[in-house]
Amino acid sequence: MSDSPAEPAAFAFTAESAEQARAFIARYPIGRQQSAVMPLLDLAQRQEGWVSRAAIEAIADMLGMAPIQVEEVATFYTMYNRRPVGRFHVQICTNLPCMLRGSDAVLDSVRETLGIGIGETTADGLFTLSEAECLGACVNAPVIQINDDYYEDLDAASTRAVLEALGRGETPKTGSQTGRQTSCPAGGPTTLTSPAAATERA
Amino acid sequence: MPKLTIDGREIDVEPGTTILQAADRLGIEIPRFCYHERLAIAGNCRMCLVEVEKVPKPVASCAMPVADGMVVQTNTPVVRKARQGVMEFLLVNHPLDCPICDQGGECDLQDQAMAYGSDRSRYEETKRAQPDKDYGPLIATHMTRCIQCTRCIRFAAEIAGTPVLGGLGRGEHLEVTRYVGETVSSELSGNLIDLCPVGALTNKPASFRYRSWELRRTETVDAMDGLGAAIRVDSRGNEVIRVLPRINEDINEEWLGDRSRFACDGLKRQRLDRPYVRKDGKLTPATWPEAFAAIAARLTGLEGSAIAAIAGDQADAETMAATKDLLAALGSLHLDCRQDGAALDPTVRASYLFNSTIAGIEQADALLLIGTNPRIEAPVLNARLRKRWLEHGLAAAAIGPKADLTFAHDWLGDSPALLTELAEGRHPFLATLKAAKHPALIIGQGALARDDGAVLLGLARRIAESAGMVREDWNGFNVLHTAAARVGGLDLGFVPGPGGRDTKAIIAGAASGAVKVLFLLGADEIEMGALGDAFVVYLGSHGDAGAHRADVILPGAAYTEKDATYVNTEGRVQRTRRAVFPPGEAKEDWRVIRALSEVLGHTVPFDSLDQIRARLTNLNPLFGHPGSLERALWEPFGRPGATDDRPLASILDSYYMTDPISRASTTMAACVAAFGGGCNHHKAGHHA
Repeated sequence: MSDSPAEPAAFAFTAESAEQARAFIARYPIGRQQSAVMPLLDLAQRQEGWVSRAAIEAIADMLGMAPIQVEEVATFYTMYNRRPVGRFHVQICTNLPCMLRGSDAVLDSVRETLGIGIGETTADGLFTLSEAECLGACVNAPVIQINDDYYEDLDAASTRAVLEALGRGETPKTGSQTGRQTSCPAGGPTTLTSPAAATERA
Repeated sequence: MPKLTIDGREIDVEPGTTILQAADRLGIEIPRFCYHERLAIAGNCRMCLVEVEKVPKPVASCAMPVADGMVVQTNTPVVRKARQGVMEFLLVNHPLDCPICDQGGECDLQDQAMAYGSDRSRYEETKRAQPDKDYGPLIATHMTRCIQCTRCIRFAAEIAGTPVLGGLGRGEHLEVTRYVGETVSSELSGNLIDLCPVGALTNKPASFRYRSWELRRTETVDAMDGLGAAIRVDSRGNEVIRVLPRINEDINEEWLGDRSRFACDGLKRQRLDRPYVRKDGKLTPATWPEAFAAIAARLTGLEGSAIAAIAGDQADAETMAATKDLLAALGSLHLDCRQDGAALDPTVRASYLFNSTIAGIEQADALLLIGTNPRIEAPVLNARLRKRWLEHGLAAAAIGPKADLTFAHDWLGDSPALLTELAEGRHPFLATLKAAKHPALIIGQGALARDDGAVLLGLARRIAESAGMVREDWNGFNVLHTAAARVGGLDLGFVPGPGGRDTKAIIAGAASGAVKVLFLLGADEIEMGALGDAFVVYLGSHGDAGAHRADVILPGAAYTEKDATYVNTEGRVQRTRRAVFPPGEAKEDWRVIRALSEVLGHTVPFDSLDQIRARLTNLNPLFGHPGSLERALWEPFGRPGATDDRPLASILDSYYMTDPISRASTTMAACVAAFGGGCNHHKAGHHA
């Protein structure tokens, strides 16, 4: 957080988001409106792409909190972006399971395809690359998260294919890129009584 | 009541007590950083780990409520090992700069590292550093030293009611900071320095100017406002280095306002260190005999009725008593300790006291503020009001200045007519007061130092009576004084004798020529330009407005330089103790009056502190009982009549500069530049 991003002067929820915000606030008992701070920050981020200081102050005002208290929440959770990101926020997991399954190659592929490093945004404003801690999909490692979607079982080629498809405005298939069903065993179903599969693996 | 055993000793405690609190009660010491008995429990430093039987892991004792039959061990190998582990992690990122750290020698981390730290480090990686923050002119930050105990965050949010601090980021990147664009401008901000267990927040004006073990500590009493907080004056040689609060549950708990704490550099500036006599229109240095001779020459042949005296806001009781006796000997009845002209009635003690007592105001469940902004007039008291409101609720309303008081209140307006409405039962807030168990009101000097002050005082009395504030077991009628001298002056009768002139009449008399000699006892807040040709003798510590107008200046002592008696706003007699000597030829004020009286041929009969204190007791027996409180009798006071339309305001327009000492303080000047008058409106959420 060395150089601070250009902060917008003001923030206001769109009519639709404001409606949703009211619904979130209404979920909590009177006097406990502050509980809605996380969904409201998420709403703001979905609207603007990131959580600006103006958004923090607007939310603080809605919930009767001090802005610093909203900022504490916004900075505690890494999923709130405190600086603008491109249309596609590419978060690559480089934790141990993903690394063992080849996240280095995936990362190189992203760098090569997009021409940006970690923490950077492409010139056209489409992609931002971030390094993420464990995304909780180790069983399908290596994995990247792009906006709300997970792309799993990646290698260099499939990573490039996903990114290029997104760049063309297409909607690539989410989930496993090797075609396996969710987290089923990569080599197809196995049981304890099927020695063939066991020997195959050995 | 749960009964538990700590280190083999049994104790009964109330349900909800934590292990650490129970251990404190037994006198068993458990180390801690984040826990503070006046702040919410955070439980994040982990230093207070203890072993509890049948619990597999060490337990953070500050956050663990006791249970019946618990068996706690605070000093086992497991506990020691756990604390050593915590300490090692705390020291991972803490710099080893104790030799240049102002906290060195009085640092919790340093002390506890002696018990739980290792003399060598296993840490080989680079240390995390953090940029320092700008917390304004009072607090120096060295954030790399921060151990993230969050005491400062909790103090700002809970006690001060100005939630501008927070912890941003998480884990190793957690950084305690203020919100961008906000200032740390609570009037209580100096307490953050005391709370910080390490050297992350230190006293900026005193930075690098002392090592704590070099200082001589003098336990005394504050005279910068009407509360009389317990303070400790730390001095080296003949210089006051810093002022710290002492614990006094009856008055300031353990807090202190920033003016009381940081104006001490004003004790060294603008000081009157020798007598002066005006010759040919210019003040020229003189000796004591010359100064006394000049006064004697002017007094020769004067009628007593041409002599008058006004006492200022920090005049001590001894000096006022000596001056009262001297004026009586000279035949004058013109004396007044109410330099602001406040309509305080010296004949009914209950009419000028904070009757509920400062600690007692925490019982109040409904409160009416009249012409006062307690946040700048008495920040420590305001913290109590906030505490009451936070913990038990307080139905508060204000008639007077509109301000962010850090607790929710209805601002009814600032028109004196509202008081009439309340007194006559026509205002809905009266019902709130009536319905309350312990209704109270606080009337400030802003409502009394007006031409219709006595009328407003009478209205306040009627409101108090009709709302049931005055009962056998409760008196919620409170006058908030801003001057340390005021109650003492009223108690010893430093007020006009029969037919004598009060402040307003003295000034008018000076302008008209009827008052020819005027003694000012540190009185700087009167209209100096209106004193006509009067011969002004100024006895005080600072070259302020009074000294500039004076014909003779007699240098006196500030409150840190004398053993003096003050009576606080609740009527508590308290004594200051001399921490340093007055500068140059300056003397303790009452001794100056004593010496002058001899030259004038009317020697006042006291030669020692004991004798003048005996005279004080003689004037009012209350002075014989320092520290205690006596309930004042409720009798009629105030005057019926019409109020004028001028809106009610606070007597103070600035928190930081109110008296000669704080006006001479460069630190206070820096505060005014940084924060304005104090009482800033923060983006602080709703106090609701």
